[in-house]
Amino acid sequence: MTGKYDKVAYYPGCALEGTGHAYNRSTKALGDALGLQTVELENWNCCGAMEVKNVDPKIQTYLSARNLTIAEDMGFDTVMAPCNGCYHNLKKAEYDLAHDPESKSVNERLAGKAGHRAYEPGHVETIHALDWIKQGIGEEGLKAKVKNSLKGLKVANYYGCMYTRPRHIFPEKDRGPGSESTLKPHFMDDLLEAAGAENVEYPLKTSCCGGAHTLSDSDTSTRLVLNLLETAEACGADVIATECPTCHSGLEMHQMRAEKVFGKKTSVRILYFTQLLGLALGLSPRKVGVHENFSDAMPMLKQKGLAR
Amino acid sequence: MPIHEKSLIRPENLIEHKDLFIDGIDVSGHWSTFINSRALTDYDESMQEEIAALPGGENIHRCWQCGSCTNACTVNALNPDFNPRYWIYLIRNGMKQELLLDKDIVWQCVSCNKCTYACPRDVNPEGVMKATAHWLELKGHTEKKPSMIFDEGFSQQIIETGKIEDGLVIRQFFARTGQKLAQNWLVAMAIGLAKRLPVAMGIKMGFAAVFHPRTRGWSRARAAIKDYVHEREAANRKALGLPTGEDGR
Ligand code: SF4
Ligand code: SF4
Repeated sequence: MTGKYDKVAYYPGCALEGTGHAYNRSTKALGDALGLQTVELENWNCCGAMEVKNVDPKIQTYLSARNLTIAEDMGFDTVMAPCNGCYHNLKKAEYDLAHDPESKSVNERLAGKAGHRAYEPGHVETIHALDWIKQGIGEEGLKAKVKNSLKGLKVANYYGCMYTRPRHIFPEKDRGPGSESTLKPHFMDDLLEAAGAENVEYPLKTSCCGGAHTLSDSDTSTRLVLNLLETAEACGADVIATECPTCHSGLEMHQMRAEKVFGKKTSVRILYFTQLLGLALGLSPRKVGVHENFSDAMPMLKQKGLAR
Repeated sequence: MPIHEKSLIRPENLIEHKDLFIDGIDVSGHWSTFINSRALTDYDESMQEEIAALPGGENIHRCWQCGSCTNACTVNALNPDFNPRYWIYLIRNGMKQELLLDKDIVWQCVSCNKCTYACPRDVNPEGVMKATAHWLELKGHTEKKPSMIFDEGFSQQIIETGKIEDGLVIRQFFARTGQKLAQNWLVAMAIGLAKRLPVAMGIKMGFAAVFHPRTRGWSRARAAIKDYVHEREAANRKALGLPTGEDGR
């Protein structure tokens, strides 16, 4: 069977080369285990992250669009970005270039000066790692490959802000059955459930972790993260599944900070959904980068029989 | 039995009106009054236009004051003084003095876009928050806030090299804001990680990064972006009626 996402261009983004390396490792390992191929964009650049738009939004559009040009030049019509920030920015560039003539002309001007072709909207589709697995393999395909069911593992699925907001940049969402919801996303829930996990009803799926100010307004971020962690625990979760390196490292950092600075200890663990799916497919914790996470999930995984 | 909404009627809100007639009917007596009517004379006529001229502020005129943004707002839940709906009201009425009372918290918007999601008028309140923070800074009402220091340092690195190395970002931010890197929680985190990581990777990922990622052949893109940044800075200052020369900033 060949699926539409069997071979996609891969845009890891800066965070996945740094603090989010575990996500990079586990995404690639998961792709290998599922027979999905990724080809990294050649000589990519930062998408503009969450910061450049505050200097000027059109620079962010240019930075993101340059990566879409590369994908197209490499012969791809789909680029997969696991990081919510990258995914969001590439989607936003796509939207702005198609709807805002001024963004389009600035992008053309900057691309011209930089000496490369300007990206034309509509040529490359940006997808998230969740779309890649959910629509490329699906729950049934995943179930067939599960060797080490996540049975007994209670998971709170945390999607954060940038995967669903603002909704106008995600025209494919909210399209009824089969599509993702921006109000109550479920792709991650669906996949983890297929891998045997028991999803808890988590009301803060799309609440904010304060990632934009994780260092510049640490107290706000710590309070927001602490709320996410305590609520997950109150919902009975053993682990919070994440799908964004900024959220993930924010949760880990501020869990530590809440303990050291506010004296509030929480014990829920934080793992990327790709790490959990990888473990379910029988990959070792090391293969999915559990040792690269800031907080140690091994004792919990051992207790649940997911690691030795 | 009359229903008394006691919680709404507070003694300090009661105002006595003598000889108050409406359509010939005498309605004199005590009235619960939330907002005293008043005449504004010191409003700033250009404030809305100036904020609308900065990136993100373009749609502020569309607001119909429903309050959905404030109701949805992440930061409002932590601090009720953080109130996008109210600030938009002040800006649209040119009530600068009132806005300045909150000048030191506007920058705390975390860009979660809950407001943008909720807004029925496509105002993009998140953008308005950024434009307002920017306006406050350009006009000299606030010093550069930590978030802007962070954003600028971060953006500079991207413009210079095409990429970001997060360890370096953290180090530079702490240096620029005069904070010690050895915060107890960061140290605890680094030690926790180091215990489980092979040494070489700890060095690569950690705070002593030895490799600096960069995009090859970036110099032309860098020059193009820098030109554009200067152009925009000048345009923003012009829209705010500020001097645009090199020494103007
Ligand atoms: S983007 Fe800013 S103003 Fe809007 S809801 Fe989030 S914190 Fe509040
Ligand atoms: S949600 Fe939109 S229309 Fe309503 S008060 Fe906020 S900005 Fe104005």
